[in-house]
Amino acid sequence: MAETMVSDFERTMKVREARKEDLIQGQTGDWEIILGLEVHAQVSSNAKLFSASSTKFGAEQNTQVSFVDAAMPGMLPVINRFCVEQAVRTGLGLKAKINLRSVFDRKNYFYPDLPQGYQISQFKHPVVGEGEVILDMPDGRVVHVGIERLHLEQDAGKSLHDQHPAMSFVDLNRSGVALMEIVSKPDMRSADEAKAYVTKLRTILRYLGTCDGNMEEGSLRADVNVSVRKVGEKLGTRCEIKNVNSIRFIGQAIEHEARRQIEILEEGGKIDQETRLFDPKTGETRSMRSKEEAHDYRYFPDPDLLPLEFTQDWVDEIAASLPELPDDKKARLISEYGLSPYDATVLIGEGARADYFEAVAKGRDAKLAANWVTGELFGALNREGHSIEDTPVSSKQLGELIDLISDGTISGRIAKQVFDSMYKTGRDPAKIVEEEGLQQVTDFGAIEAAIDAVIAANPDKVEQTKVKPQLAGWFVGQVMKSTSGKANPSVVNEILAKKLGLSSDD
Amino acid sequence: MSDLTKLTLAAARDALRKKEVTSTELTGAYLKEMEAATPLNAYVTVTADKAMEMAKASDEKLAKGEGGDLEGVPLGIKDLFCTKDVLTTACSHILDGFIPPYESTVTANLWRDGAVMLGKLNNDEFAMGSSNETSFYGPVVNPWRRKGSDAKLVPGGSSGGSSAAVAARLCAAATATDTGGSIRQPAAFTGTVGLKPTYGRCSRWGIVAFASSLDQAGPITRDVRDAAIMLKSMAGHDEKDTTSVDRPVPDYEAALGQSIKGLSVGIPKEYRVEGMPKEIDDLWTRGIEWLKAAGANVKEVSLPHTKYALPTYYIVAPAECSSNLARYDGVRYGLRVDGKDITEMYENTRAEGFGAEVKRRVLMGTYVLSAGYYDAYYLKAQKVRTLIARDFAEAFSEADVLLTPTAPSAAFGLGEKTDDPLSMYLNDVFTVTVNLAGLPGISVPAGLSSEGLPLGLQLIGRTFDEETLLRAAFAIEEAAGFTAEAEAWWRA
Repeated sequence: MAETMVSDFERTMKVREARKEDLIQGQTGDWEIILGLEVHAQVSSNAKLFSASSTKFGAEQNTQVSFVDAAMPGMLPVINRFCVEQAVRTGLGLKAKINLRSVFDRKNYFYPDLPQGYQISQFKHPVVGEGEVILDMPDGRVVHVGIERLHLEQDAGKSLHDQHPAMSFVDLNRSGVALMEIVSKPDMRSADEAKAYVTKLRTILRYLGTCDGNMEEGSLRADVNVSVRKVGEKLGTRCEIKNVNSIRFIGQAIEHEARRQIEILEEGGKIDQETRLFDPKTGETRSMRSKEEAHDYRYFPDPDLLPLEFTQDWVDEIAASLPELPDDKKARLISEYGLSPYDATVLIGEGARADYFEAVAKGRDAKLAANWVTGELFGALNREGHSIEDTPVSSKQLGELIDLISDGTISGRIAKQVFDSMYKTGRDPAKIVEEEGLQQVTDFGAIEAAIDAVIAANPDKVEQTKVKPQLAGWFVGQVMKSTSGKANPSVVNEILAKKLGLSSDD
Repeated sequence: MSDLTKLTLAAARDALRKKEVTSTELTGAYLKEMEAATPLNAYVTVTADKAMEMAKASDEKLAKGEGGDLEGVPLGIKDLFCTKDVLTTACSHILDGFIPPYESTVTANLWRDGAVMLGKLNNDEFAMGSSNETSFYGPVVNPWRRKGSDAKLVPGGSSGGSSAAVAARLCAAATATDTGGSIRQPAAFTGTVGLKPTYGRCSRWGIVAFASSLDQAGPITRDVRDAAIMLKSMAGHDEKDTTSVDRPVPDYEAALGQSIKGLSVGIPKEYRVEGMPKEIDDLWTRGIEWLKAAGANVKEVSLPHTKYALPTYYIVAPAECSSNLARYDGVRYGLRVDGKDITEMYENTRAEGFGAEVKRRVLMGTYVLSAGYYDAYYLKAQKVRTLIARDFAEAFSEADVLLTPTAPSAAFGLGEKTDDPLSMYLNDVFTVTVNLAGLPGISVPAGLSSEGLPLGLQLIGRTFDEETLLRAAFAIEEAAGFTAEAEAWWRA
């Protein structure tokens, strides 16, 4: 939907300026990147937008194609109400204006994977209007990205060029699948912001259950509009990078494209408005078609479909069924559990992760729970390439582990050892502690004996400690070593302090 | 029973029910007539075996006293309707060999009610034409000839196969479609009745699309009663067509014969166009007198935007067709003419597959939708369309039906207008307004021209008020007493 972007791009010239650290230094000065994204999100729905064919991914070629999807003569589209509901739900999740009346248009162009010779889309009157996505940047900054619109449209089929030496084949399984095109305002100023935007958008869609956000399967793809300008000068000509299908590639494509444009401008050239493709192999963008070659899509209202109309009551019903959204969840995690904004941001990235945390934190020390979930568990999941859904350590088990720490059964250090074992074997923590004899030693006599032994063996260190109390830590280490780490560290500290003549309150 | 093919649909239906005739006999008689009428070129595909099979099945039902409203009645089907397992080409080269694996809703309704399919009827390519001369399978010849002349005349279009077949008794009735007059004008040219229902009354599912917001299926029949019977079976809501309307289908036949005393008939003054032949004007006046005599109140009404209707139509219809016909690209079905790459394949296929008139309209439509022209043409046309519909709404606040001529002339000669698209387009001057406003319209044979050719009067009704329309049409039919028939010159 490049056409609408152009004018919006031009209209919003008073947009915020980039931060110093986001500027790109060129030969002639600092450059600012202006970014707007058009994200195509496949609607989670069993049936297509205008037909009852299945949308299941990975089916054998051309097995999920109805007469409508294949554009047989005389076939007519019938809107799938559930897809509309999903679009409305998404609009509500983006805090956007819902249009009770919208219109489907035909976007006309010839391509073998476009059986009708036109795509049914929404041009002038989209189902969803202006909204907003809030980005939590890793440095704690909050960036507001405006949503221009969201509209429903059909996906195309897929051309297959590797099936025959001289011919191309077409797979129409995807033809007619419902997409939401979500158009942002040109509100991003760096590759990191663009990546954060797609990440956040995907999180929201997944919370809502309106798109699975699976970029490998093509459920989420982005067209990235990039332009550069000298700070404070007027907006530059933009290029659109089509169909970038991973968040990492989005970052790479922007970095490369911005530098390409800056290089041209600094050499006195000018940017041609064009559509470009990102090649993940080279990390570069290359021209796909110029403005002169751009299609005239000849949009006009699809006469086969009545305007899409629904009531505010229906919208209200959908609104009432919305789940807690990421921003709300974050605020609640901070207020209810006293989490840091950083921890809260990490947790809400996936609804299932936040749910896991809440199950662990319930009735326990929330900060300790957050540390264990975001530190040990997420660390292990990332390392092993597991998703939260297939974690070998259940929230119940992790909770039990934290209980063992809290009641002094094991030390934090031993707990890490127990966790590793839990992750590998899936066993309950209590069982591991018992079977491996990892209970903490709190027996004063046993600890005192161990301390006495260390003191007796190191009279010189005892003397030094009197001058340099920090050396007490060395004794703690020695005692822990001799007790295989099972000695209760606070008991060790307490006795040691007395024996070395240091105040236990220090 | 002799002269089986002379029976109207209603008479045939009744004779079948009374077991005075079997569907096998009736169907056989029609197939024989069809064979003798090849010079008319009305049928592009004859489904004789299928017809006899269906007739046999109907006879079994009829023998048991069962069967639907049209049980055993043999029909011709315009080639624009997709018929399962039967070649369907819309009379275009580009649909060469296309055999649909599905049945259009309208024809499925007819088979549900027991009708028998004789074959597929010729039409202008993709229904684009007013003379049936744009068909890839050659023109249809009108069964009627001028007095003392053997010059071949056109049967009207685009449903020229349907009108010729009904007039020449090559089927009991025929399906047709009307986008700008394609049912009513051919009916007027052949002395038959042509009914275009309200937009949304019949499902468009499975009908090869020309201009989606204007296309509507309807019957061409021997008389008004037959039209009422056909419409009852063809009409109905269809979930597969969003633009079809969910409201009950009345028993249209029951409306016939009811008095039109007190009916308010509007005469749109703007339809008295300059240069209209006197005999058309006289026919119109006669029509007014008939209705008055039957007790109707006749008054003049105004449809001020009429003069913009034809230009509006020739923007809207081509715009939609340029997009509707994009699917004929040689990739999935029909004709493919190879090229060195995909673009050349498209170009070769469409250049060879489409005829001149279709290309002309695709080009016009592409032009009016193009960047920079959309507002000036398409958008403006849509606005005018709204005004035309408003004109009618106002006229119908004081009139129950409107009476106009159907076409500005009687049937013209083959090839007479093919080099002059504009004069061809003028044929639709009285009919396109009805499509633009989505209203029902009917053409009833009302007299003969000085050359002995049939002329039709058009009645226009309120949306979904086909009952009043048919009631008034029946009154005209009774008053006109049109009994003339084309001489069967085509028989060897």
